[in-house]
Amino acid sequence: MSNNNSYLSNYFHRNGRALGSIGYFVLLMVIFLIGAPEAWIRPNLHQSVFVMMPTLIFLTIPLVFLVASGEIDLSFASTYAVAAYVFALLVKNGVDPAICLVLGIFTGAAIGALVGTLIVVFRLSSLVASLGVLFLLRGVILLLSNSRSITIMEVENHWIYPLLVGNFYGFPMQIFWAAIFVIFCYYFFNKHVFGIHIQHVGDNSVSAEQMGINVNAVKIKAFMFVGIGSAIGGIFTTMITYTFFPTQGFGYLLLALAAVFVGGTPYWGGLGTIIGAVFGVGIIAYMEIGIIAIGWSGEWRQFFNGLIILLALLGHRLHGERVR
Amino acid sequence: MENIIELDNVTKRFGGITALNKASLKVTRGEVVGLIGDNGAGKSTLIKTLVGVYSPDEGDILIRGKKVNAWNALKARESGIETVFQDRALTPQQSIVKNIFMGKELRYPFGFIKEKEQIFEANRLIREIGFTSKLINAESPVGNLSGGERQGVAIARAIYNKAELIVLDEPTNNLSLNETQKVFDFVLNVKKSNRSVLFIGHNIYHVYDISDRFVILDRGEVVHKLNKNDISTPEELMKIMRDTIGAH
Repeated sequence: MSNNNSYLSNYFHRNGRALGSIGYFVLLMVIFLIGAPEAWIRPNLHQSVFVMMPTLIFLTIPLVFLVASGEIDLSFASTYAVAAYVFALLVKNGVDPAICLVLGIFTGAAIGALVGTLIVVFRLSSLVASLGVLFLLRGVILLLSNSRSITIMEVENHWIYPLLVGNFYGFPMQIFWAAIFVIFCYYFFNKHVFGIHIQHVGDNSVSAEQMGINVNAVKIKAFMFVGIGSAIGGIFTTMITYTFFPTQGFGYLLLALAAVFVGGTPYWGGLGTIIGAVFGVGIIAYMEIGIIAIGWSGEWRQFFNGLIILLALLGHRLHGERVR
Repeated sequence: MENIIELDNVTKRFGGITALNKASLKVTRGEVVGLIGDNGAGKSTLIKTLVGVYSPDEGDILIRGKKVNAWNALKARESGIETVFQDRALTPQQSIVKNIFMGKELRYPFGFIKEKEQIFEANRLIREIGFTSKLINAESPVGNLSGGERQGVAIARAIYNKAELIVLDEPTNNLSLNETQKVFDFVLNVKKSNRSVLFIGHNIYHVYDISDRFVILDRGEVVHKLNKNDISTPEELMKIMRDTIGAH
């Protein structure tokens, strides 16, 4: 009996936060279903949610790694645009889009490495420093692009287009890639040395250091991963819309962060949940689109986004405080 | 006798303060060395330099007679030195099994972790170290454990890695009598298997009982090295310590 109890309590310790965010998601669905049943059974509503979700997943899941390592990054919303700019500019100049894709992702990783190194080596506050980088990079983009967008219709005829963002019998390919990304990240976070070291570092960096883990390297890699995720998100969106525009990504800044925390990853480091974050993304995406779909005006969107963040925080609080 | 590790004239400074001044120390196979000294004598700096958390500003570190460069915590662990730190070096939100294997996870190729094997080994170690509560198993979070049990996890980590030298930094602090006895039994077992222990303690009686040799540290310098047969009682050891520190 007591063994059974300990199994349950360990299970809850590991999965409680993910279960919490799944619970919120189900609750939200039920509320929408009762509030606007006709809108809810129309498939095009869910289709538009599913188009939005992949981008948000590419941004949110790597942030779970970073937050679990005890850091935060705001600059990803600009990295998103820088990578998309590099991609679009190179495509426009006749470079093979597959190579542009690789270089775009490489740009994201490089920016992540720079931001991470800056923060880790000089021991800066990641919140403030990445806020600085957020504005700095956005400024660079606006200056370089002269605030003009770039249209790249030519990607449509290249083989990467149908493979990455095409339509497979009515099924958007980016959903498939986002799903692969989630599965990969789930194992990467829970069953791989990288994820395990991130959790140790975020939990107690002094202990991790004493046990021979290179704390700085782990943190810089987490920043790089955020850069890579943002680059993928930015490039996918640019391909889907055939357009780079210099303000792109800014709208995702708060949504992706909200998805991390609504998804049940605590802000203090050491813990994180990939599955929870997927449902956090689901909650945020349905809020964004669902409010309009049920016929309420867009003004309500921010109100409900705020409400759900607060309710989620209060709910996850029940799961317990940080143990030391 | 083979030297497991040797510090040769090691100096460590923090800003303008010299925490260790030309300190030399060696540990040979199968012996228990007690390191004693007052608060601020440099015990902690010496230990952290020995196990690679700090790198020395001057002096050499020799592993089995060979000089090593760019000494760090990972190299120390790879050389067979495990440390039970004063603060236990645990991550309380993580499970016991993750803590036991922290930094030395059992891996498949490409860095994936052998989770089942780790859990099996951790459960075996927990029983070996004497966790009696049935509520505790390898997947319980460390944050739920008592101070003694946390020390048990830190020791289990050292046991699993079959270290040749185990450094115990104030291992009996905040432990009950029963738990202290467990630590002593552990030290004797290590010695019996021809491995070595460096035992750091405030409590002279504890250090006296368990050690073969004593090293007294004061203001960053090694001021005395004694064998157990040089002295007959812990009181004598305490007197030597008081005299040297006073005279120094």
